[in-house]
Amino acid sequence: MAIWFARLSVDRWRLSQGCEAGEGVDALPTALITETAHGPRIEAVNDAGHSSGAQPGMMLADARTLCPDIQTAPADPAGDLDTLEKLALWSQRWGPWSALDPPDGVLVDITAAAHLFGGETRMLADVEAAFAKRRLSARAAIASTAGAAWALAHFGPRQAILGPGDNALRCLTDLPIAALRLDQDVLTVLRRLGLKRLGDLAAIATGAINRDEAAARDAIHRRFRNRRSPSANPLVRLDQLLGRVPEPLLPVIPHHAPMVQRRLMEPIRHRSLLDQVLADLADDMVRELEGRGEGARRLELGLWRVDGEVMVRHLELASATREAAHITRLFADRLDDVDAGFGIETVRLRASWAEPLGVSQADVEQAVERHGTSLNACIDRLTVRLGPDAVRRPVPYASHLPERAHSWQPALAAEPSSQAMLEFHQRPLKMLDKPEGIAVLYASPDGLPQRFRWRGNVHEVARAEGPERIAPEWWRERSTVRLRDYYRIEDVMGRRYWIYRHGIAGDGRGGAPDWYLQGLYA
Amino acid sequence: MSEAREGRWQPGFADQPLHSEIFASAGDAGGAGLALALARDALCIANESGDPLAEKQDRRQVLWVQDRRAIQRSGRPYRHGLPSELRDRIIHVEAKNPEDALFALEEGLKCRDFACVIGEISGNPRALDFTSSRRLSLAAEKHGVALWLVRLDAVPELSSARMRWRVEPAPSTSPRWNAAAPGDPQWKAELFRARSHAPGQWILRNDTGRLQARRPSDPVAANTQDIGDLVRPTVGRSLAAVARM
Repeated sequence: MAIWFARLSVDRWRLSQGCEAGEGVDALPTALITETAHGPRIEAVNDAGHSSGAQPGMMLADARTLCPDIQTAPADPAGDLDTLEKLALWSQRWGPWSALDPPDGVLVDITAAAHLFGGETRMLADVEAAFAKRRLSARAAIASTAGAAWALAHFGPRQAILGPGDNALRCLTDLPIAALRLDQDVLTVLRRLGLKRLGDLAAIATGAINRDEAAARDAIHRRFRNRRSPSANPLVRLDQLLGRVPEPLLPVIPHHAPMVQRRLMEPIRHRSLLDQVLADLADDMVRELEGRGEGARRLELGLWRVDGEVMVRHLELASATREAAHITRLFADRLDDVDAGFGIETVRLRASWAEPLGVSQADVEQAVERHGTSLNACIDRLTVRLGPDAVRRPVPYASHLPERAHSWQPALAAEPSSQAMLEFHQRPLKMLDKPEGIAVLYASPDGLPQRFRWRGNVHEVARAEGPERIAPEWWRERSTVRLRDYYRIEDVMGRRYWIYRHGIAGDGRGGAPDWYLQGLYA
Repeated sequence: MSEAREGRWQPGFADQPLHSEIFASAGDAGGAGLALALARDALCIANESGDPLAEKQDRRQVLWVQDRRAIQRSGRPYRHGLPSELRDRIIHVEAKNPEDALFALEEGLKCRDFACVIGEISGNPRALDFTSSRRLSLAAEKHGVALWLVRLDAVPELSSARMRWRVEPAPSTSPRWNAAAPGDPQWKAELFRARSHAPGQWILRNDTGRLQARRPSDPVAANTQDIGDLVRPTVGRSLAAVARM
């Protein structure tokens, strides 16, 4: 069902003036104007203004020549949109969900809901009566697709109903081409082509009887081939109207973030008092969240200072939580750098992201003390103090280069699926962040290393295994990247390392290869 | 004399200390290796002697805390080199300075969901004095979470750790198939301060999760050479394991 508030902005202006249609201020010709670069332009006019010749889209100066005594009032598009959102929510009384159709329409899904109102005809009557009671002029229509309902609401007869059994094309064939919800420039193009009715376009777009019509069809397909946006392409709009292609709508969903606040009689300047206020707010917030069966994921603490400053502190939690002591403790770390100035007069806590969290028995503080913290709480405490990048978990990554074969992700995120490593590859327990260069003495350039110097100490190689050749990832790296020959070695003291030779002599990618130490075995 | 002394340490004692320090050099991973071996041994013992209602497979996380200097000197844990049962259970904390590392260690010890906590702190920072080590001991004993603190390139100062080890790498066992290759790691570990045990020296090695010890003077038995795992161990979920139950 599409509902069109034909004169939304004028109706809003009239209601704000507090008068009936055609009486009082509304009896004078009035235009709602916006300031543009070329002077004031008329956005909407009331009935008296319309009859005196003013049109929406005119410049005010042109309208003054037609009607010298026209009154003006500023237009309010943001307020109109706000009202439209409220109307969309209110329209959910006729169906489970509704979508905005800016600037002045609402689409309501009434699938399987019409019988509750005694059929579609009585439902439309109910819609018109309900909006008439609110003194808004509205036109409603019901059809099986959003496009058809919109077309009927704007250009069809009053209270039009297009059932699923009707042939949509035949019923809508007389509607003007503007019923396709097109941009103004596309409408101009179509008017110049002589396509004025829906039926004209449908006849060209679908069928071909003789060669001329096939040529016309091909021409119009070519003309709009590159227009992806539905509102710029009449063919897509026609298909949407007939239900041949889907048209996703964005439903309006009311959302209320839980919010608690304290307005303080005396501005506070000391930290201990602020902590007390914070603890009270956290208690209130927990009660609020408990009532909704939710836990907070993100919290915003706003501090309003006497001298007009506002400070906001954000907090993100690893999992939904509803523990007042935990929230207080995490915020306490964030309040160290708050400058109270001449005092804080209002403190507000808002949970901008909450997730469902089942109601459980309250954890007594003593039990926490006895049983220790949970993993989530511990990770929260660590990340708040050390930063989110400090607490991480190594997870496998699809690469055979050793340093890329694992990556780091947040501690509580789920591990990605991966292929198992080969069992016979023995990898070192620890890897240096950056391989360190070593000076190696070897018998032959391709042979096993015999002695090397690392961090100023000389290591005699006692046992070695290798090379394990690891080629660079040619699909990702430049062609001049050299391969690596890895050796597991153990020196005479029993220290075990993973070293590699970067390249081989004569591979044409640089001079004599360098040696690096990358890993330490246990 | 050593036979007469009661309470000589040996692997598998049930009264595992909850706060141990391991002094090692930053130039090799022997400290971390021994800490992991001791931790796995302790977890195995706890699993065997623990209550029968506990889960068969320990899936609790392990917290591994390093300060920035320890990371620079001796590297980060590498996922594919970790013991297979710990690979997906490590949570790594990178602390900017020793103060943050001590905070993270204490928070980890207070958390009931950690199997154990491993720390690596480089040198002798001022923050790690007797008072803070006492805090760690008390937290570990209150919540029953074991702490293995590796001290890299550090001088043993006053500390309240229940057991203090000094570790160096020892030549590894000789593998069966390639005598020229390094084998399973062994460590020369010296227990130089312990509350309930006499000090001593052992060569320790890890044998599928359990710790094996021998005195440095004992000769290596002829048939103990490592033959490696010829068959992959079946872990918990295999169909054969289910059928046997």
